[in-house]
Amino acid sequence: MHLAAHFPGVNSTTVWSDPRSGSQIDFTSFEHLARTAERGKFDFFFLAEGLRLREYDGRVHDLDVVGRPESLTVLNALAAVTDRLGLAATVNATFNEPYELARRFATLDHLSGGRAAWNVVTSSDAFTGENFRRGGFLDRADRYTRAAEFVSTARELWDSWAPDGVPRPFAHHGRHFDVCGEFTVPRSPQGHPVVIQAGDSDEGREFAAGAADVVFTRHGTLEAGRAFWADVKGRLAKYGRDSDDLKIMPGVTVVVADTDAEAQQDAAEIRRLQVSPQNAILALEQVWGRDLSSYDPDGPFPSVDPEPESGFVQGRVRVADPFAVAAKWRALSEEKGLSIRETVIETTTRQSFVGSPQTVAAGLTAFVDGKAADGFILVPHLTPGGLDAFVDRVVPLLQERGAFRSEYTGSTLREHLGLAEPVWKG
Amino acid sequence: MTTGRPLHLAAEIGGPPRYEPDHYLGLARLAEGGALDYVTLGDSFARPGPDALSVLARIAPATDRIGLVPTVDTTHTEPFHVSSAVATLDWVSRGRAGWSADVSSTEAVARLFGRRPAPPAEALWREAGEAADAGARLWDSWEDDAEIRDTATGRFIDRDKVHHIDFEGEAFSVRGPAIVPRPPQGRPVTVIDGTTAPARAVAARHADVVHVRATTPEQAAAARADVHRLAAAHGRSARELRVLVALAVDLGDAETAPEPGLESGPPLAGHGTYFRGGPVDLAELISQWYRAGAADGFHLTPITPARDLERIVNGTVALLQHRSLFRTFHPGHTLREHLGLARPASRYALARTAGERR
Ligand SMILES: Cc1cc2nc3c(=O)[nH]c(=O)nc-3n(C[C@H](O)[C@H](O)[C@H](O)COP(=O)(O)O)c2cc1C
Repeated sequence: MHLAAHFPGVNSTTVWSDPRSGSQIDFTSFEHLARTAERGKFDFFFLAEGLRLREYDGRVHDLDVVGRPESLTVLNALAAVTDRLGLAATVNATFNEPYELARRFATLDHLSGGRAAWNVVTSSDAFTGENFRRGGFLDRADRYTRAAEFVSTARELWDSWAPDGVPRPFAHHGRHFDVCGEFTVPRSPQGHPVVIQAGDSDEGREFAAGAADVVFTRHGTLEAGRAFWADVKGRLAKYGRDSDDLKIMPGVTVVVADTDAEAQQDAAEIRRLQVSPQNAILALEQVWGRDLSSYDPDGPFPSVDPEPESGFVQGRVRVADPFAVAAKWRALSEEKGLSIRETVIETTTRQSFVGSPQTVAAGLTAFVDGKAADGFILVPHLTPGGLDAFVDRVVPLLQERGAFRSEYTGSTLREHLGLAEPVWKG
Repeated sequence: MTTGRPLHLAAEIGGPPRYEPDHYLGLARLAEGGALDYVTLGDSFARPGPDALSVLARIAPATDRIGLVPTVDTTHTEPFHVSSAVATLDWVSRGRAGWSADVSSTEAVARLFGRRPAPPAEALWREAGEAADAGARLWDSWEDDAEIRDTATGRFIDRDKVHHIDFEGEAFSVRGPAIVPRPPQGRPVTVIDGTTAPARAVAARHADVVHVRATTPEQAAAARADVHRLAAAHGRSARELRVLVALAVDLGDAETAPEPGLESGPPLAGHGTYFRGGPVDLAELISQWYRAGAADGFHLTPITPARDLERIVNGTVALLQHRSLFRTFHPGHTLREHLGLARPASRYALARTAGERR
């Protein structure tokens, strides 16, 4: 089983209102979480990315954590305070250039002794583009063709130094990139930093099958996980790859307590904190596409219908079929007698592992044994102590069962993940 | 101390390409032991070696007081990314970050990106100035107290204290606000080598520290006066900037050299006038120029970092400290504090409070 830690941040999972919630930006928070993950012998530490603060009705979203530091810089600093832990940065392929990113990732790989990973994401919306030279220049349809060419160009750059330490000039003339010259960083300890993909569309899965070492997914139920696992792994053969060449790691939350009952109680309380009264109304507005601030979150659903075409939501995506969602939510609230807030809690609850350490360890193991996952990316709801209980109480059980390593056996992230060093293609 | 102004010293730690962090860490700790204001790490996309900002982030947690100033290209990078990375360097170093803004004018570098041919120097520096301007606005875009964590209203931030910057330049536009909350120094320190005319114009307007070249104290004083004059045209006072003379130094292996002095060659282009002599000779030169009021300090580029930096710290700096010309410890924590530069208020906070008073 492979385990990774996600730094909690800009999402509704993170409970900032808890008194134990520390800084989202001070380096000490990152250091604590990374050291905890390393103490638990995790494969890697993961940072997400956003390139525009989320907005709602033209104003910056203010109800969840806002703001974060830049990933590669944080990970280079973390390389100084950790020894074995892999260091994964999410960096967009749409608003960057291959030469610069290949150089920055090769640098991280050198400076960390072979622990770098790159989660390739692809947002292409004009909203994000407003912070960049080229604006929203890419059609949604093109984002994965650019990402695929971006990754293959980066690989050509990483391969332009032969293992004997001699650089060869490179030239790449493609549809999205036309670059040539000499790469200035020698081949890094991992040959190529590990490549992660997060995205669920058919194009995303195909890109992952052809180019990624790890897939970060949201499929958190056993059935959905199995279907996803089988689908993505089934695509590998046509790229000449084996099932073990690509690790599937869903993002999951964990609530652990002395007993299953206590953990269930804690989980319910966490859900209430995640869906504040204000967040409940906001969730509704994202469906309805209009201002619903006058409604009582502890009261019944609005009788008005959603706006079919609404420019009300920006930077936080409006649901695809608002009428269907509104109908479903209304029906649920009527059937169970739930308030607005209770309904939102009920319908947006993500699959998570909740229970005693034994229950959680058994649940995780069942996923891996059942071919629904190769491992997990844990998304704690608290910074910086959100991983402590898992590492102190669940990891030892996984180790006892022989499901997870007791010591690091290698020094690079590829070694932790059981991935071969990429063959040099000079 | 003979004058009221403190002397500022900085050193470059780059050299032949190295990829082990301990190499750079050793040099930065050496400079920190000498209470230097900051170390620089030169960089360019065409120069063999690791990414400079990444290297200084890597050594930040293992150092305490020394300022960290990587060279950052403004020609082929995204200003939004640059400002985020520099702000983050400030966070991971707890207020010790700067950046040395530079341009790439060669076709060889342009081809590594394949986006556009290299523009002429004037345009490149205008663009660098825009990058510095947009960066400063992004650093200001979060007011210091924007994060409120108000559980009663469910608000993590006060959105009235987080601002779009709506920067419209000739070369790019940035809507903002920053992703990274305002860094510890408010604005990390901007350093620009003001040797060429277009670079000096941008430096006088946007830089906190300007490096200049000179072979005599008179030349240095004239360059400093020129920077001050140009800065005044933008409403800036001499108190807001520091002018350091850039010297490439070869301290050989003698205490004092038979014929110490400054040479125009062998040229170490980009690193200032070439000084050859012993550590004591260098201390003499620094003392004389500084007492003559020719500069606020010096940026020294050792031609052989491991050897010369050791001699700078244990020879030259020790002597300057002995003469009470240079401090023996860092009295403050941030690079701005070392440089005696005030922590700037956010322009948006100033505008908002002015509006509220009206
Ligand atoms: C688990 C997961 C994590 C993601 N993390 C990020 C992120 O940190 N930053 C980002 O810009 N996009 C992120 N994405 C978005 C994806 O890169 C992609 O743009 C999105 O899923 C739409 O692509 P798709 O249509 O292939 O699913 C994430 C997606 C998934 C599934």
